[in-house]
Order: sequence, then structure tokens, then C-alpha cells
Amino acid sequence: MTVESTAARKPRRSSGTKRAAGAASAAKPAAATAQTQDAEPQLVQLLTPEGERVDNAENAEFAPFVADITTEDLRGLYRDMVLTRRFDGEATSLQRQGELGLWASLLGQEAAQIGSGRALRGDDYVFPTYREHGVAWCRGVDPTNLLGMFRGVNHGGWDPNTNNFHLYTIVIGSQTLHATGYAMGVAKDGADSAVIAYFGDGASSQGDVAEAFTFSAVYNSPVVFFCQNNQWAISEPTERQMRVPLYQRAQGFGFPGVRVDGNDVLACLAVTRWALERARRGEGPTLVEAFTYRMGAHTTSDDPTKYRRDEETAAWEAKDPILRLKTHLLATGGADEAFFAELEAESEVLGKRVREVVRAMPDPDTMAIFENVYADGHALVDEERAQFAAYLASFEEGH
Amino acid sequence: MATEKMSIAKALNESLRKALETDPKVLIMGEDVGKLGGVFRITDGLQKDFGEERVIDTPLAESGIVGTAIGLALRGYRPVVEIQFDGFVFPAYDQIVTQLAKMHARALGKIKMPVVVRIPYAGGIGAVEHHSESPEALFAHVPGLKVVSPSNASDAYWMLQQAILSDDPVIFFEPKRRYWDKGEVDTDAIPYQLHKARVAREGADVTLAAYGPMVKVCLEAAAAAAEEGKSIEVVDLRSMSPVDFDGIQASVEKTRRLVVVHEAPVFLGVGSEIAARITERCFYHLEAPVLRVGGFHAPYPPARLEDEYLPGLDRVLDAVDRSLAY
Ligand SMILES: Cc1ncc(C[n+]2csc(CCOP(=O)(O)OP(=O)(O)O)c2C)c(N)n1
Repeated sequence: MTVESTAARKPRRSSGTKRAAGAASAAKPAAATAQTQDAEPQLVQLLTPEGERVDNAENAEFAPFVADITTEDLRGLYRDMVLTRRFDGEATSLQRQGELGLWASLLGQEAAQIGSGRALRGDDYVFPTYREHGVAWCRGVDPTNLLGMFRGVNHGGWDPNTNNFHLYTIVIGSQTLHATGYAMGVAKDGADSAVIAYFGDGASSQGDVAEAFTFSAVYNSPVVFFCQNNQWAISEPTERQMRVPLYQRAQGFGFPGVRVDGNDVLACLAVTRWALERARRGEGPTLVEAFTYRMGAHTTSDDPTKYRRDEETAAWEAKDPILRLKTHLLATGGADEAFFAELEAESEVLGKRVREVVRAMPDPDTMAIFENVYADGHALVDEERAQFAAYLASFEEGH
Repeated sequence: MATEKMSIAKALNESLRKALETDPKVLIMGEDVGKLGGVFRITDGLQKDFGEERVIDTPLAESGIVGTAIGLALRGYRPVVEIQFDGFVFPAYDQIVTQLAKMHARALGKIKMPVVVRIPYAGGIGAVEHHSESPEALFAHVPGLKVVSPSNASDAYWMLQQAILSDDPVIFFEPKRRYWDKGEVDTDAIPYQLHKARVAREGADVTLAAYGPMVKVCLEAAAAAAEEGKSIEVVDLRSMSPVDFDGIQASVEKTRRLVVVHEAPVFLGVGSEIAARITERCFYHLEAPVLRVGGFHAPYPPARLEDEYLPGLDRVLDAVDRSLAY
């Protein structure tokens, strides 16, 4: 795949998706705003919002990457999305009940995360931001581990090397550079693993992300930049971040960019597999823009009614990634009511376990403040730890 | 007299409104400052009233926010930029330290840099990582920057306008856990000088020096100590660069004891500088070494530990006792 061929590729237009400027808007920013609202985005799609499987010239390059997907696999993807959504919903409720300090919901982004997450191999490495609960699920990270930092008992809560799933990164865009460096290391080692970095449309404005693009292009690093364009960066729409479709930015750095329907789990799987294979073959980085929607608030602290219209949210609800696959499974006889009922029961069990584990999660020991500040120890930390311990002990002595 | 009771958040909002009204060159810039009014609503309603040309939602790029503010200042504007949280200022740190701080000196004083960088800072709100830090010493250490922090609504109102009027870059730290604390604001008053410390409570035995979020804790400590018959003076520094050493000295010459309190780590913090200077200036007046109370040499802990990490009444009173024990 050359850069030219990427530029020439015209992924298919989807039905009924809004926003996203056309390529022509780059030249005329003023006109772009209007066009941005009206234009249909061009994106790779394999399952329509109505749940119909489509094969066409635009997705022809990617469809072979899911040719092996069986009906059972489809049910598996569906299960992943349903359980992830259940977990996410449970976490939102737990925040409302005061068990978590904050929660960043992935509601609406299940297909982008499960599709890309299931494309990965065990030896691939993931650099997430703070919303990648579905990707974590695919990596086998116990979902309750994700809750520690949101409950406020730790800053991470899992060993990144156990599942090749790095800690969540809150400072937006930072991890794209870590992913690039990790990928540089993979290439130096002569391994054929790939690396994937997740980030948002807002984060794409950060200098770090531009620098990650530069480094990965220059060193031809095996990294996939997976941007979930969920249309909003807290209150700011994508128009506040860019004037050309995000995926086209890759071209200027010298690697391909593709926009995929982020609510289509099959297309996300296909496109990510395609990008990972490029990386494995030594063809360097790829930018994937998963065009999707954040159905909930930015986090539980956010109030989207201040900046977002209900009609917009309603329009996207019609493109729900889970509903879409369900419709498809039902229409093709890929799953029956028993399957859905069983899954519902499994969701209940998961929800119950999440609630129980979170409520039982103990507060850390006070002296944990001084733990792991340095790997080799540090005299000042030792001194302060001893002083603080003595201070705390003075209360117990009934001072 | 136009005295009104309002929260620190409201005082900052009113202050920005006044600045926008008074000077057409004043601009507000930052992430989510427009329609949303900022994540803490400090800019609430300002875009509605002053338009998108004055109250500007920026791309999510802190280096870009401060870097373009520098350019706008070069063109005669007075940008007031909002950094959403303390831990997110670092992408802009390069622009602030290598460019903003030095521009005036490099141009032999021919250009001015009237840029205000507003940063909600410090802990106590139960937030996740990067949302509770106290990096003020990192800025105070840089020549060319001025660094201030209000502790009450009146100062919030007046200090922000003074910062905007200043021709120097001002890093304006807002104590986020105090945003909702209310106080009297006299909008017609003749304001205090921006970099002058304020005696927040008179006392005779020990001076507590603090700024921003810790002033309230020190006032509470002083009230508690009074019940035990100790007379504590509380000095609100208000400015960390420059520091009003004369003001602290005057108090220390009276009480002969000083404890400096801040949330930031003690090691190489603002308190270290104050301890050194006051020891030089007041060596023969001091009855005890200058003590410091603050954060540890450890990353800001997860929310469930912040009550232990943050200096509270007990730790401040403990230091008062230690000082008095000499
Ligand atoms: C450097 C930095 N600046 C600001 C923030 C505050 N912040 C957290 S998330 C966010 C919006 C991010 O939007 P986007 O990248 O589109 O990702 P999304 O949250 O929509 O998935 C902002 C401004 C931050 N975390 N890091």
C-alpha cells in the first residue's frame, strides 16, 4: 500500500451519517463549516445501520480480512459488546452511588473497541487512553481492575505486561509517543508484533500526536494509530480540532489513513487487521479513524445538555453498534432468542460481580503514599516516611 | 459601596466579565471555555455576552494555547488563557518557560507580555491523576514570570483583574477546592497591591504563612489553637513570585516563630525559599527554626489517600507545637 493509493482510495459513503468535512473543505475553511454539517462522511462499512452485510468496491480491500469470521465469531463479538456495555453501565451506576469518584463511559463506542481489540494478537501491545474498557476486555484484563483509579484507590491497578495492555493515560495524546517508541523497539528486535495506540479526535490536536506521527513515519514503526472520533472533545466538536477529515492527516506524514464506520464491529475488525498486517510486514504506521459517537456524557462530571442537541444524539442512537449486529444475527439466523437470553443472564452475573468487587475494594494503606516512588529507593522518601509514621503513631499513643 | 457575597468561582467570573468590558483587547482562550463555560464554569456566560471572537474555544493543545497567546500579545492583545487542570499545563510548559518568560528581556524591554495563564490547582476534590497538583514552585523558579494565588473571593475578584492589567506574564493559580467558598467582595474597593501579603488573622505567638487553599486550613488551625490559649498570626502570601518578604518579616519580628504551609511537596518548594530568606533576615529574632508543612516527595496519591496526604489542621497544629517547644 503506497501513500498515493491511500489518497486515491475512496471508502464508501455511509447512509445517514452526519458531520465530517469533505476533502475539498481544506482549501476553503469558511465554507467548510456548512459543508461539515451536511456532508456525508466517506467510510469503510461492512454492516449497515440496518444490519445488512454489504460488499462493494470501497470495502473490497478490507472485506477479505474478515472472510474467516464465522457465525460463532459474530456471536462472540456481539457478546463482547454486550458485556462491555453492561460493565460500563454498571460503572456509571456505581459512580452515581458514590462508589466511584468518576467514570468515563464508552457507551456507543463498543464496536470500535471490540472490533479493533479482537484484531490484536497476544504479543501485540496496546496503549490506551482512559476510555478503552472494551479493548481491555479483549485483552483479558479483569474489568474490575479498571475501576481502581476511578474509585481513587490507585493510579492504574494492573501490570501492563501481563496482558500487553498499558495503563490508562489521562494526559491526552501522550501515549501515542510511547506506542511509537515501543514499536521502534519491536522493529529493532526484529519481532513481528504490532503496537496500537488509542486516542480521541480532540487529542489529535496535541503536539505529541503530531510528533508520534513524525517519528513513526521516519522510523517506519509497526504502530497503528486508532483514533476514535466520537464527535466531541468534552464540549468541543471535531470542527474545533481540524478542518479536513482526520484520517487524511496521515497522508501528509507519509503513511496511509482510513476512515471506518466505528459503529460497525466487522468493519473495525477488518480495517484494524489490515493495518496490523501492514505493520507486521514492515510497512510502517497506519492511521485508522473510527467514525463513531459518544452517546453519554464525556465523564460523569460532564453535562452535555450545555452544548449538544438531543436530535444529534437521537440520530446516532439509530446507528447503535450493538443493535446493528443483533439485527444482523436475527435476520441471518445467526443467533436465536435462547442465545440472547443466556447472554442477558451472563450480563447479570458480570454486573453483580463488578458491584461486589468494587464495594469490597479497600482503601489503600496510608503508607502506600511512599511506596514505589523510586525503584532503587531514595533517602528523602525514607526520611519522610519515617517522620510521617512517627507522627501517625503519636496519635495512637494518645497524644 | 457595592459589596456582595459570592463564591470564588463567581468572583473570578465577574472579574473576567469586568476585564472584557473594560478593555476590548482582553481575550479569553482555552478548552471548553465557550459554550460550556469551562469545566468549573469560571467563564460561564462570557461567550454568550462577548462572542466567539473574545471568548475562544481552542483546539486541545496546550502548547498551542500558550504559544498563540504569546503571538496575540505581540499583536497588542491581552490573552487570559485557561489551562483545564494543573497536570495539563506541562505540554505548555515549554512555551511558558522558554518563550513567555523571556520575551520581554530578550527584546530589551521593547515588548511586553501581558498574558495571564489561569490554572485550577491543588487537591482536595477527589479527582483522578493529574487533577490535583501544586506545581507553583516550578513556575516561581523561572525568572520573568509572576505567580499568584488568591485564597478568598475578594482576592479572586481583584487579583485576577490586576493580573490582567499587568504587562508581565502572570501564572494565576486558582485553589479549586475553594471555588465554592463564599466571601464578601467590594467591587468598588481600592484593591490591595497584587504582590503584597495580607495579615489574615492577627496573633502574637507564631506566624503561619500560607497561600491559596491552605489559608483556610491555617485560619482554622489558628482558631483551634486560640482555644488552647495560643495566639497565631496567619499571613496570606497571595503571591509566590515575587514573595512579600517584608510582610513576612514584619510578622516574624512580632511573633518570632514561623511555619510555612503549602500543599506542594516541601522539598525545594516555595516554603524552602521563605525559610532561607527569613532565616537570613530574622536570624536574631527567631526563637525557633522556620518549619515547613507540606506535601511529601511522592506523586500526588490516589483520591482515597488525599486526606492523609494533604496538610490538615492536625499537621499544622503539630508544627505550631514543635515551633513553640524550642
Ligand atoms: C493535556 C490534556 N489537556 C486537557 C485534558 C482534559 N481533558 C480530558 S479528556 C478531554 C477531551 C478529550 O477529547 P477526545 O480526545 O476527543 O477524547 P474523548 O474523551 O472524546 O474520547 C480533555 C480536554 C487532558 N486530559 N489532557
